Amino acid sequence: MSPDVLLRLWFGTIRPVGDAGVVSTLTTPLAEVAATNATLRAFLHGLPGVDRVGADQRTAMLGTRSIKTTAKAQAIDLAISMVDLTTLEGADTLGKVRAMCAKAVRPDPADPSVPKVAAVCVYPDLVAPAVEALGRSGVRVASVATGFPSGRTSLEVKVRDTELAVAAGAHEIDMVIDRGAFLSGDYRKVFDEIAAVRSACARDGGDDAHLKVILETGELATYDNVRRASWLAMLAGADFIKTSTGKVAPAATLPVTLVMLEAVRDFRSQTGRMIGVKPAGGIRTTKDAIKYLVLVNETTGPDWLTPEWFRLGASSLLNDLLMQRQKLTTGRYAGPDYFTLD
Amino acid sequence: MFEYAPAPESRDVVDIRPSYGLFINGEWADALGDAREKTINPASEEVLAEFAVASEADVDRAVSAARKAYDAVWGQMPGRERAKYLFRIARIIQERARELAVLESLDNGKPIRESRDVDLPLVAAHFFYYAGWADKLGYAGLGADPRPLGVAAQVIPWNFPLLMLAWKIAPALACGNTVVLKPAETTPLTALAFAEICRQADLPPGVVNIVTGAGETGQALVNHPDVNKVAFTGSTEVGRLIARSVAGSGKKLTLELGGKAANIVFDDAALDQAVEGIVNGIFFNQGHVCCAGSRLLVQESIEGELLDALKRRLSTLRMGDPLDKNTDIGAINSSAQLAKIKELSDAGESEGAARWSASCPIPEKGFWFPPTLFTGVAQSHRIAREEIFGPVLSVLTFRTPAEAVEKANNSPYGLSAGVWTEKGSRILWMADKLRAGVVWANTFNKFDPTSPFGGYKESGYGREGGRHGLEAYLDVRPM
Repeated sequence: MSPDVLLRLWFGTIRPVGDAGVVSTLTTPLAEVAATNATLRAFLHGLPGVDRVGADQRTAMLGTRSIKTTAKAQAIDLAISMVDLTTLEGADTLGKVRAMCAKAVRPDPADPSVPKVAAVCVYPDLVAPAVEALGRSGVRVASVATGFPSGRTSLEVKVRDTELAVAAGAHEIDMVIDRGAFLSGDYRKVFDEIAAVRSACARDGGDDAHLKVILETGELATYDNVRRASWLAMLAGADFIKTSTGKVAPAATLPVTLVMLEAVRDFRSQTGRMIGVKPAGGIRTTKDAIKYLVLVNETTGPDWLTPEWFRLGASSLLNDLLMQRQKLTTGRYAGPDYFTLD
Repeated sequence: MFEYAPAPESRDVVDIRPSYGLFINGEWADALGDAREKTINPASEEVLAEFAVASEADVDRAVSAARKAYDAVWGQMPGRERAKYLFRIARIIQERARELAVLESLDNGKPIRESRDVDLPLVAAHFFYYAGWADKLGYAGLGADPRPLGVAAQVIPWNFPLLMLAWKIAPALACGNTVVLKPAETTPLTALAFAEICRQADLPPGVVNIVTGAGETGQALVNHPDVNKVAFTGSTEVGRLIARSVAGSGKKLTLELGGKAANIVFDDAALDQAVEGIVNGIFFNQGHVCCAGSRLLVQESIEGELLDALKRRLSTLRMGDPLDKNTDIGAINSSAQLAKIKELSDAGESEGAARWSASCPIPEKGFWFPPTLFTGVAQSHRIAREEIFGPVLSVLTFRTPAEAVEKANNSPYGLSAGVWTEKGSRILWMADKLRAGVVWANTFNKFDPTSPFGGYKESGYGREGGRHGLEAYLDVRPM
């Protein structure tokens, strides 16, 4: 980023009240937004607020979009290709992960025209077998890290957790932010942790793991917090911002995703840098998935409508997508036993 | 690119007759004269049906039927009995909501999303709400035993045909009056469908009479010597004529007329939601809304940022087939209205304002106008003073809250206003100072039967909706 852009980012978003404020910010590049907790706080609290009622109404209206026939077929295939097929259980085993990887590469064994999913998402100790099982399929391996899901551990452990996952071959790291620090106003701590984990994503040869930052919006509670946390993560170097761990209710919701999409849209228009968005948790039906695609289409526009920039973190969603896909092509529903449970 | 395939609502649910008569005394009756008019679908210019034009003699028949029903049945009936009919009508409307929504979109040109999700739920809600009042009028704060007025003459506009009918008929019947209603000549079909609903509900004959026609029919109705109450929603120009002709007649009058509402956005507003509110304020129902937020007053410090966001948002609006479930902007209701919108927009340009329109493909047939905004608008420009009644937004700026109030109030109208700020105290301060019947805070164009609606100054007088709306249909003079 050029200093010019940085200046505009700092200046265009924050709204200094008095002359003194203007003078002090005139020479402040974006890097210095995070100089102290006070500057970070001033920046994040200077972002426009989010009106909950209005945001809820907007997504409710977009939820009435009627996606039929050819558009539905296109949406289902797009949604399948955006799925981060996830298993994050204490009971996960090698066998479970291998089975899921097979499903990820070929979701419907009876129909080779079904696209593969974007990635599988597993705990760090299962990255190596997932990488092996997926081979050269093109399906990426994402690993949760940093003391997932609560993140209540030391920075050293979080960084090491990340390094091990990266070393095991993870293409993507899904980290959690320290919600306690965020809610207590210690934005700088959150920023520093993200930046440290970002460094731990580096790999020799430049093929760095992509960093997805999980905000756990169910614990942040307000949309204002979601917007601030989104910006905080983007400033600290996130490649993706992700709603939830899936372990806290509510997980992904349409309004929260709307607020995050607005954040990445505004971030690109101010810095030129594109950040991805991943709602995760609670997305179970094709109807839900299509609502998310409509939301992307009408908020950020089609640039984000690719697996590179938008993902759906889910597990049971995939079978519903397959079922609806088959219904659309054959005109009939097959029973659930015709779709594999992996 | 993610293109939505056409998702049209089926027309099969509506049954439009080729020709309609008048609804008088619970029966369909031919007009005495031969005059007939056609109503068309403004999105395709296809003729939907023919309807009778009621003459003075026809209006007289309708008023006599209403008078007879008032004297013999409805005026005497206990409120709890009247309520049963109103509840029944409300339920039938809900049951037939899909059909009525399609009919409304066909005749009016508004998108099915709005007729389905806004108009029809509100229509039913109005009947339910006033049904609840029918046996509680003594507790409305209008005296212990308020009496009905008699026969109400009601003339309604084309922008919300069935909703305006509900706003008029529901309180009138709840209070014990009988009604002769004239729908607009470009949108009579849902009112005629409502006549069928009255029959379906076994409403006693003559309690509701529907006469169709244009200005002359309306004139005959409001001037009829045997009506006790006149209620009109429409243009300020016609409202003025009605006020003049009713003056001194003893008829009670309520007028709901034009507006040029200010939608005021402060620099601390929730920006993304303010953009949605601006869009909903002026582009809802193609801007054919008397309380539309047609003047955007934006604090100068965020003008650029807000306009960029607004233009980006307008580019995503989907204009086209009103029956497509994904359509945001439907057709302009008539060629006459389209001509008026064009005339005023051209005046805006020639007076020096800068015009910007969302680029959207315009269908070949029908009446269409793309969402448009004007920047660099001054208070003195016609587009800042006159009601355009179309999808055209005039953008003005202000520097301080006091200036915002001054500019907002500097209009002959005073129907509604909007305030966008995250500061609660400023909302209250603004609401106190704005001379408008409705002030919306961090939202716009939200309606509810419990909330009174009406204007200051040239926007009319009297209130519709809520407890206040009862007063317009009751004789509240001390015995």
